[in-house]
Amino acid sequence: MASAEAEESTSFVASIGAGFLGAAATAGGMTILLVRILSRLFPPRIDIQETWKNLYKMAVKSLPIVVVTALFTGAIMVIQAATIVKRYGAEALLGWGAGFGTLREIAPLLTALMLSGRIGANNTAELGTMVVTEQLDAMRVLAIDPIGFLIAPRFFSIVITLFLLTLFADGLALFGAAYTGQGLLGVDPQTFYNGLTAGLLHFGDVANGLIKSVVFGIVIALSSCYFGLSTTGGAPGVGRSVNATVVASAAGVFVLDYLTSFILG
Amino acid sequence: MSASTDQNASGPGSEVGHLEEKPPEFGIVGGIGAVALDLFYGGREMYSVFVRTLYYSFRGKKEKGALMAQLYEIGNKSVVFISITMGFIGMILVYQSGLQLQRVVPDYTLLGATYLELLVRDFAASIGALMLATRVGAGIAAEIGSMVVTEQVDALRMSAADPIDFLVVPRFKASLIMTTVLIVWGCTVAFFAGAVTAHYAFDVKYSTFMNAELVDAGDIIIGLTKCVAYGAAIPVVSSYCGLSTFGGSEGVGWATTRAVVNTSLTIIILNFFISGAGFLIFPG
Repeated sequence: MASAEAEESTSFVASIGAGFLGAAATAGGMTILLVRILSRLFPPRIDIQETWKNLYKMAVKSLPIVVVTALFTGAIMVIQAATIVKRYGAEALLGWGAGFGTLREIAPLLTALMLSGRIGANNTAELGTMVVTEQLDAMRVLAIDPIGFLIAPRFFSIVITLFLLTLFADGLALFGAAYTGQGLLGVDPQTFYNGLTAGLLHFGDVANGLIKSVVFGIVIALSSCYFGLSTTGGAPGVGRSVNATVVASAAGVFVLDYLTSFILG
Repeated sequence: MSASTDQNASGPGSEVGHLEEKPPEFGIVGGIGAVALDLFYGGREMYSVFVRTLYYSFRGKKEKGALMAQLYEIGNKSVVFISITMGFIGMILVYQSGLQLQRVVPDYTLLGATYLELLVRDFAASIGALMLATRVGAGIAAEIGSMVVTEQVDALRMSAADPIDFLVVPRFKASLIMTTVLIVWGCTVAFFAGAVTAHYAFDVKYSTFMNAELVDAGDIIIGLTKCVAYGAAIPVVSSYCGLSTFGGSEGVGWATTRAVVNTSLTIIILNFFISGAGFLIFPG
């Protein structure tokens, strides 16, 4: 809300203050939304059918994008590791070198970025359209709880989707990496997989990536629902909301990525 | 109410009643064929936008101030966003590679040099461009998409101003310049953020970390090629998504979504090809 006022004010200090107030309002709004969503769990008042439908729409329909992203990501990781591997002639370590970064960091991060575009933006567009066409008000008139019926199913679907698709992307990225290693460096995929399982890589590294994916899911879900619900002003308003969602999701993903990396060690 | 969410699920144009009837399902082969045809037509349209953008970049009318406005819109307004995201990614990358090193040889002398090489070769350009794809790409698509659904683009055509010349070309030029500038800036931020992280997390001296001996001409050429390629791809793909908007406010949302997804995918695929070619040309 405060961003509109920021454009009007000419003073530099005032615009910084307005930016802070806007950020604080957004953070507060998201927290309230999160509390409201979680309160629908006790007792459970979440529409199961909506949840299934959203899971299908979000997870199953995003598979092609995740497949392409993961395969290329794995390939790129090997290409980048290839320079270093060639320098030291450590072909046996290729699997570990590419796998470590992929599983811990790059696969969850890029999956989250792609899905924030695919699912988060889409979710905001849908909710925003419903808000500007007054469908949410119609639901309230019919005594249907919009949070339990619309928001909570989307929230949980996004979190579950992020987790499952990151798992899927981990596997595919390693697959892509193994065959790029064979094509580019002549490293046998068997050597690559041995490098992965030789003991330098633990279950903790995979779990690290998966915990991150849940955190990313929560960020993407909250920001997309929040900006969707706070849409105003017709078609351009929907565009602005979607834009705000992807920007907030990306910034939130990076900041929380750093914090979770440090906390998990 | 659930009927209306169904409609939302069925894609753009579902607000309009008569467009909603879908052809019968053709099974798996039909589905693959439909996707292939979609990709083919989409690719052809995008290619046409790209060629016309290039043509008008040299031959078009020059509107005073349009380029400046877009440079400000794309460049200045993204500085804070790029600084935050690249700063954090710099800290994360150094922290993760430090952990990785810790398990084999706890020798951090080359950490900074290797990190800088990877940053210049790949991560600065690719992650910076992915960030710009969300910030700038979504912005372009939302703006042009709203113009399309409010018939401002048709009004432009009526006034004999080609929308590509008038809308896309300034964004294209501005993005070419500003993507490069922002990525160089992002690379700097990421490197210094990494240096601070290495200092506090692994006790690496700043003088040891700031070591550019592994960065050679090949790395810089690859990095700059990526900047230019992404800088061209972001406005073209997202303008195409914006220009092909239809169907009211829902359509704008869809166009913005498609712009983010398609631009990010384009960047990842371009990255694969440029990195692969770069590795073969400059194996250093």
